Amino acid sequence: MADYKNEFGWFAERPQVEKKVYNKFPVIIGLLVFVILATSPLWINAGRDVPPPKPSLETPAIQQLAGKDKQCVLPTEQMRAYHMQLLIEWRDQVVRTGNRKWTSPGGKTYEPSLSNTCLGCHSNKAEFCDQCHNYVAVAPNCWGCHLDKPATAGKMAQAEVK
Amino acid sequence: MGINRREFIKIAGLSTLFGLSAKSAWELLRPGQVEAGLKALPKPLTAKRWAMVVDMRKLDDATAQRCIEVCHRIHNVPDFAHPVNPKDKVSPEEQIRYQVKWIWTDPFHNAFPGEQPDVMSERVHHMNFLLLCNHCNNPPCVRVCPTQATFQRADGVVMMDMHRCIGCRYCMAGCPFSARSFNWRDPRPYIKQTYPDYPTREPGMVEKCDFCAKLLAKGQLPACVVESKGALIFGDLAAENSPVREALKANFTIRRKTHLGTNPQVYYIV
Repeated sequence: MADYKNEFGWFAERPQVEKKVYNKFPVIIGLLVFVILATSPLWINAGRDVPPPKPSLETPAIQQLAGKDKQCVLPTEQMRAYHMQLLIEWRDQVVRTGNRKWTSPGGKTYEPSLSNTCLGCHSNKAEFCDQCHNYVAVAPNCWGCHLDKPATAGKMAQAEVK
Repeated sequence: MGINRREFIKIAGLSTLFGLSAKSAWELLRPGQVEAGLKALPKPLTAKRWAMVVDMRKLDDATAQRCIEVCHRIHNVPDFAHPVNPKDKVSPEEQIRYQVKWIWTDPFHNAFPGEQPDVMSERVHHMNFLLLCNHCNNPPCVRVCPTQATFQRADGVVMMDMHRCIGCRYCMAGCPFSARSFNWRDPRPYIKQTYPDYPTREPGMVEKCDFCAKLLAKGQLPACVVESKGALIFGDLAAENSPVREALKANFTIRRKTHLGTNPQVYYIV
């Protein structure tokens, strides 16, 4: 038989090791328990129907807008994907440069302000902002300082409870 | 067979390179469109160097109190002595410890320590000086801020970017005028009527007077200046005919702790 090498050196014979799982019963039970625990969120939520968020546009300010004007500062698709980046740009522009005027790519000019411009139309924070934020479990900390409308000021949304 | 060290390093290097280039490629393909169309405001109040003159001859205690009241109201500054809900009451010691002040009064020996003569004019001795952030030309708070949350604008206003403040309080240690306050508690239960046009703060932030930068941007004078009915003069120190320059030319003025070299920009006519 050919020489056999392992990490300890050269051997004349392949060492004969008994192939066996020791403590078979507790090991398998332990593995099973681990797998079940690790995947438990899947089992618990299996079959539960979570409705997709439906942010509401039903506010007096939005309804007053005529058909063509009825659009946000950017197209809806962009707002959906990039509103957080836009808010950060607005924030840096206003605080750092003091420039309180923002012109959209469409040529319209807005005041870059969360409380005045965004909430000016979307005055229903609980039905608009919180819908998606709660759905994807993000908790933006805007509302720790910035005031939403006085009517809902006393009510904390689910997403921002710390 | 696994991979040896050489192959592992190769793969790791390639993935790092890919990750880094992907980020810049993303930035190339999606440039900041939103920055495209920035224009200047139509008529904000602008200056090369904002400054304030406090005319203590015209400023009585009632006017000073009104200035403090209006400033704290429009900036949502909490009043820990008067909670909205009685169950949030704090003890008198805690009221002092938690106090947030943007503008306040102090007698001469507190406002101008070291300047007090052995025998002082009766009138000045009983004066309550209206004090606020001096918006120094050489602001120590800006120098010590580790996050650049406090910064000096081109027009001289020492601004706070509350979004960046991490609450380290270096600026409070750096400011020799005690113009900065720390939010030890949530201020909202202590604001009788929140002013909708200004945010509140969160615990763990430092705040101070910002020369009403928000009103300046709208073309209005700071609230205390409007409320003081002429006792406070606000204007551009760099402009030849500004009210501040006229007042400084016509009167002898003092400033707080000039020996510290911060070059305060709030002047007092005594």
